[in-house]
Amino acid sequence: MRLLRLFPDDTKIPFMKWRKWSFLFSGIASVLCFVVLYTHGMNTGIDFQGGTLMEIQTKSGPADLEGIRHTLDGLKLGEVQVQSFGADNDVLIRIVRQNGGDEAQTAVVDKVQAAFGDSVDYRRTEVVGPRVSGELAQNGILGIISALGLIMVYVWFRFEWQYSLGAVIATLHDVVLTIGFFAVSQVEFNLSSIAAILTIVGYSLNDTVVVYDRIREMRRKYKRLNLVVLLDLAINQTLTRTTNTALTTLIALSALVIFGGEVIRSFTASMLFGVVIGTYSSIFIAAPVLIFLDPQLAGDKSAKKVEDDSEEAAEPA
Amino acid sequence: MLYFSRWKVTAILLTIFVALVVLIPNYLSSDQIKSYWPSWLPGRQVVLGLDLQGGVYLLYQVDVNDYKQKRLKSLEGDIRQAMRDEPRIGYTGLGIQGDVVQMKVRDADKFDEAAKRLRNLLTPLSTGALGGVAVTEFQLDQGSDGLMRLGFSEAGLDKRLGTVVQQSIEVIRRRVDQMGAVEPSIQRQGSDRILVEAPGEKDPARLKNIIGRTAQMTFHLVDLNVSPEEAAKGNLPPGEILLKQKEAGGIPMVVDETPLMTGEDLTDAQTSFQSQTNEPVVSFRLSTSGARKFAQVTSDNVGRLFAIVLDDEIISAPRINEPITQGSGQISGHFTVETANDLAVLLRAGALPAKLSVAEERTVGPGLGADSIAAGERAAMIGTVAVVIFMLAAYGLFGVFANVALVVNLILIMAIITILQATLTLPGIAGIVLTMGMAVDSNVLIYERIREEQRLGRSPVSAIDAGFRRAFGTILDANITTLIAAIVLFQMGSGPVKGFAVTHVIGIVTTMFTAITFTRLVVATWVRYRRPSVVPL
Repeated sequence: MRLLRLFPDDTKIPFMKWRKWSFLFSGIASVLCFVVLYTHGMNTGIDFQGGTLMEIQTKSGPADLEGIRHTLDGLKLGEVQVQSFGADNDVLIRIVRQNGGDEAQTAVVDKVQAAFGDSVDYRRTEVVGPRVSGELAQNGILGIISALGLIMVYVWFRFEWQYSLGAVIATLHDVVLTIGFFAVSQVEFNLSSIAAILTIVGYSLNDTVVVYDRIREMRRKYKRLNLVVLLDLAINQTLTRTTNTALTTLIALSALVIFGGEVIRSFTASMLFGVVIGTYSSIFIAAPVLIFLDPQLAGDKSAKKVEDDSEEAAEPA
Repeated sequence: MLYFSRWKVTAILLTIFVALVVLIPNYLSSDQIKSYWPSWLPGRQVVLGLDLQGGVYLLYQVDVNDYKQKRLKSLEGDIRQAMRDEPRIGYTGLGIQGDVVQMKVRDADKFDEAAKRLRNLLTPLSTGALGGVAVTEFQLDQGSDGLMRLGFSEAGLDKRLGTVVQQSIEVIRRRVDQMGAVEPSIQRQGSDRILVEAPGEKDPARLKNIIGRTAQMTFHLVDLNVSPEEAAKGNLPPGEILLKQKEAGGIPMVVDETPLMTGEDLTDAQTSFQSQTNEPVVSFRLSTSGARKFAQVTSDNVGRLFAIVLDDEIISAPRINEPITQGSGQISGHFTVETANDLAVLLRAGALPAKLSVAEERTVGPGLGADSIAAGERAAMIGTVAVVIFMLAAYGLFGVFANVALVVNLILIMAIITILQATLTLPGIAGIVLTMGMAVDSNVLIYERIREEQRLGRSPVSAIDAGFRRAFGTILDANITTLIAAIVLFQMGSGPVKGFAVTHVIGIVTTMFTAITFTRLVVATWVRYRRPSVVPL
């Protein structure tokens, strides 16, 4: 049986030659993300804004969105969003945070249930009070920062500080682009989106570390090799692994996006995006950024004894 | 790397076998487990999260301000009482100002005596014995001009709040137990919050209604000499308050502020039916001291109305026709059987020490839960099969090895979730599917390494050996970084997100186990029996 191979052995793709373009592309993309974030903002869900979310299912026939909107407007609850959610009798209602304390929020549910009565099935109700929503947002940001910090320390401990910094730059790049994804697509940004970002952080680093691992190994082996040549070689050697792992992960995620249901779609779709970006960044950001971080990258500590002459070899062309 | 001692092989196989045994109860009904499954074997089933089986997640916040106001009010009463003791101390301006009760003593020569009496009201919460610092609930701030201010001490308030949360949890537990709801978990969260999770609860509105009620029941005499209209304009005699009626169109009534009796005087409350109208009512029984008090009050006030008040709302206001001496009575208030039952539960379980408000509420209906399980299962199935096919296409025989490892991985993940009784949520299922995708990464790393080593001219055995050895470090580094992110997620997450983090963390650990031990064992066994001249990669 002939085995499926996406790339031939011994590819010699000059990735480093493209670094100007990839940096330019990523730089522009990151700036654009900030611009869109500033102009359009994120579609933050009730987890961070407070408010009420209800998923209802009409019992007879497809839902009449206009009618539902009209009924809700009659309740005078402020801004109300009504959208179809998966099936055509499934409706998602989002009601903005009410003025007043916790009671004002929970009262909304009673009002809506009184308005629709038994004509619909209440599949899901979420109410987040103003105090909790602030904490949830704070915890989320704190979580991402502490994860990045801890991983930086670990990579620093296992490699060198240049690698650690490179890994964090690549990962931040992924986080920025993923946040941009939320801003551009206006997919709801909620608690599970924070989970998605942290998973992307984990995946992207996993990928980066595999490439770095190979770079470190090659530096020990070929002390006189030019760094650009060496980086290209390391990436080419790990290329099949990088793409195969990305593929299996994307296959699994696609199954989740398509079949996993509407409730977790924003979660799975953003992870799908993040895995693609994470794979791109390990090759096109994490590796070439090493060239800038330190032209005389010292390699591993254990190799220091014999690297008197290896330092000049590390000069980029 | 290819040699396995006999005990190691046994340990690996035994682990998988144990995992399989642990999984079996998940496929049995609870009746079957009871009657057929040996009791010495683990009989636990996977715990499904609220999003999968439906249920309620309620985060309550103790209303600290409400509690403070209540305490200050009762302190104010105590102060008035203390100053009235002989010899009386004259004062002016007694009242609550923000977080303190203040008053001014008139005569300069009574300052010290007043301060002494006030100090008795500070309410010690722990003594200074055993080297600890004495904590009192209040602290006294004495001005030189006779101004006395009593406010909360910080340590005292913290301590009180702790007790309040603890008492509230007990009250909630009693209420929920009596209501016969599906066993909810009730736990303290942070300093002033209580988390109630009730999986499988079908009537969240009722649960909320029962838990959230303060259920402070009091009996007050009604003053019919003052009309509610007059009172609403502010012409309220001192010591009387205006309360709304629950029925009768919410028309307010003027009642004495000091209650005749409180819910603490009740010993029992049950639903029953009024003999004439057959209307559901709540009958209650009073404690001995309560009964004596009630008999006294009712014989002094025959002909007057007394209001039965629940949380500042008059449920009913019957006329005292004759002295009630047998220590029991009935509350009627146009109840249905269910509302009467609920009121009886609330009265039996006692009042909450402070008002609770819902800070966060998440409810999932059973329909959505079932749909989510179906969607999760389908996604997991299709995702796994697709990954399996890809691995077969990419690595042939070694793909089969990887796929067997994948199945073992899945078994281990589910077994660990079952043993730890970790909650499986929909994002948790997503975590498992994601692990299926990422788990083969270890195999890919190893196989690609073996291929490389073989192309460098190594013999199959030495290529495989080097492949495993060299890939090991990479696998470790790569997985630990992922693990760090997952553990952070576990630490900060709650509910569904935590569910994702749990399966993700478990998945990473089992992936390392299967890649490093199980796959290696399978490959080693294959090499031993086949003695291949070339590795088919």
